Amino acid sequence: MADDPADRSPSHRTDVCVVGAGPAGTIVAARLAEAGHDVVVLDAGPRFDLDDRTEQLDAHLRPGVDGGVSEAPRGDGEAAADLWGMGGERDAYTSSGPEGYPLNAARVKGVGGSTLHWQGMVMRLHERDFELDSRHGVGVDWPIDYADLRPYYAAAERELGVAGADDNPFAPPREEPFPLPAFPPSHSDSIFAEACERLGLPTHSVPNARNSEPHDGASACVGYGTCKPVCPSGAKYTAERHVARAEAAGARVIDRAPVQRLEHDGSGERIEAAVYATPEGTEHRQAARAVVLACGGVENVRLLLLSASDAHPDGLANSSGLVGRYFMDHCFAGVGGRIDRPTRQNHVGFNTTECHALYDAADPLPGVKLEFLNYAGPSPVVEALHADDWGDTLLDDLRDSYGTHLAVGGLVEQFPRAENRITLDRSTTDDHGNPVPDVQWSVGPETRAAIERVNEVQRAILGELDADIDWVVGPDETGPAFHHMGTTRMGTDPAESVVAPDCRAHDCDNLWIAGSSVFPTGGGMNPTLTIAALSCRLADRLDGWL
Amino acid sequence: MDLSRRDALAALAASGAAGVAGAAFLDGEDGVAATADPTPPDDVSTLVAVAETVYPSATEGITDFVETYVAGLPDERREEMVSAATDLDATARDWFDAPLTGLDRSTRDRLLRDLGVDAADPDPDGYLSERVRFHLVNELLYAFYASPTGGRLVGIENPVGYPGGTESYRHARMEDGDG
Repeated sequence: MADDPADRSPSHRTDVCVVGAGPAGTIVAARLAEAGHDVVVLDAGPRFDLDDRTEQLDAHLRPGVDGGVSEAPRGDGEAAADLWGMGGERDAYTSSGPEGYPLNAARVKGVGGSTLHWQGMVMRLHERDFELDSRHGVGVDWPIDYADLRPYYAAAERELGVAGADDNPFAPPREEPFPLPAFPPSHSDSIFAEACERLGLPTHSVPNARNSEPHDGASACVGYGTCKPVCPSGAKYTAERHVARAEAAGARVIDRAPVQRLEHDGSGERIEAAVYATPEGTEHRQAARAVVLACGGVENVRLLLLSASDAHPDGLANSSGLVGRYFMDHCFAGVGGRIDRPTRQNHVGFNTTECHALYDAADPLPGVKLEFLNYAGPSPVVEALHADDWGDTLLDDLRDSYGTHLAVGGLVEQFPRAENRITLDRSTTDDHGNPVPDVQWSVGPETRAAIERVNEVQRAILGELDADIDWVVGPDETGPAFHHMGTTRMGTDPAESVVAPDCRAHDCDNLWIAGSSVFPTGGGMNPTLTIAALSCRLADRLDGWL
Repeated sequence: MDLSRRDALAALAASGAAGVAGAAFLDGEDGVAATADPTPPDDVSTLVAVAETVYPSATEGITDFVETYVAGLPDERREEMVSAATDLDATARDWFDAPLTGLDRSTRDRLLRDLGVDAADPDPDGYLSERVRFHLVNELLYAFYASPTGGRLVGIENPVGYPGGTESYRHARMEDGDG
């Protein structure tokens, strides 16, 4: 954790208060600060020191090493549950739905947000994702379409420094090259490409928010192989880049400042201030002309519900009753096995080839994409440190277990379901006495069927390679990909949505919501590029409004 | 398989330690460290004795490798290694009336197993078996298998944790060289 800056007092004459220092909030903050506005960003978690990343790598690889964050940013003394200090009373939650949801593995609180531990895959949604109801009679349409977002996708790719190639026959139309060249395909990609070609499944590159060459003050990837959960080289994009940009343009970013509630004026139509706590136990009010809520699909909801008032008895911006409803994630499906030739896995921690051939098809209807892993099977060094042997026996074991693994993963769309939701669990409180979030999540029949279909395709691919299949993640084993979407959905009708198409809350003149909580549907693509595109768009709209 | 001082420097890069203490050792001729290990020779010998036990039997050059690796570690990490080695050595003297360096490889192996090191959870502050697992066995295995030379024995010249670039993942087989 970085040295603790002392001044957490609020700023005067602030134009915009951004709650949350992940990519959604900091892109808005950087662009508005560069446009000349006075911006304050508040984040519940700490500022992590870039110099600690190699220690975090050490902690990730070597069992018994405490998290690289030397002191968890909490008062309960409990050891950090992971490298980024998640867990404990600050991050308490419940999960009362049909499927358990491991919320604290799915997010990071801190300056940089969940990009600190993310994988860094950044695809555009397809046209169909904006028109799911019109085309297929499921879910809802977005109030904007791909053409509306297209220029902002290009801006988002520049913001994140995306390395990619225009070789994906299934991708939506684009007008300019990616900012950085794509990472070339791996050896195992070439093995998969043969099999996929025989099955009529064209493969293509993966857009990565990761430097394939030096860019934006950071080095090219040097192949540590630990992208998730930590990139020691800084080649993987994190929102810390936008924090630096925002601060260079005059914004203040205050860490360890969890917002407790938003307070509105007498009319209930304008937010006056964000009330936040400090580690010293002081409470401050950050007044601002506009507030941008950008703390993720779970905490956005909690903060709106915690801000209930006489004017908004069911929670702020919740006249529709939909705040927290339609929580969506992507579900993982995968098949792995071994073949009789070297597959060269675990050199790098990111993927270089995917197949989107099934994405727009009707079988299955939920959007699905296939990912060809570059990290299938065990890493010898990690296995050695967990082994119960050493010497020649260990070497023989490692030689036997490494070298011939392959795996095909995939993401599967969840349609919005009202019963999947985030609420407050009033029986449990966090370190400030606030009710914690309760996650109610289930997979749903369409998604289960789609996972089965994806498994069939994945088995067929490995079958083409005469692989011995040794694991399958199907509908009974699936889990979430940690993409929190849908809980403050965007729409034109205030009775059917929480924010308007410009991402401003229907119920409050100066409350804007950034991030994937505004997605009406989630598609099957990793959401961060769309988050970034919407933040670029939101910043434009808010700049005009200011 | 021959280990070298250069391999030890690569292992330090993998451990992240080169960015701390090890950087000072990268200035020697051809980037190879001069011997500047503050660790007393007897302690290094004990560490080498453990390494000889947990590394594959065909490994050569262990003494130079361990000396250079230990010298490049941050002070606290090196001192913890030495402390665990001292305790392990005391156990050897108790059980076998001889220092660890005076035992043959199979007896050292038996000592570690009889202590339960093979099944112990690595814990830097735990019982002796847990500390030996963490500070000695796992530290030395990490140095070995997170380096290109150790990785090559298994078939990977750019093991996880080692910043070996973005070329090797594209190749169908290991190329000659030091990774």
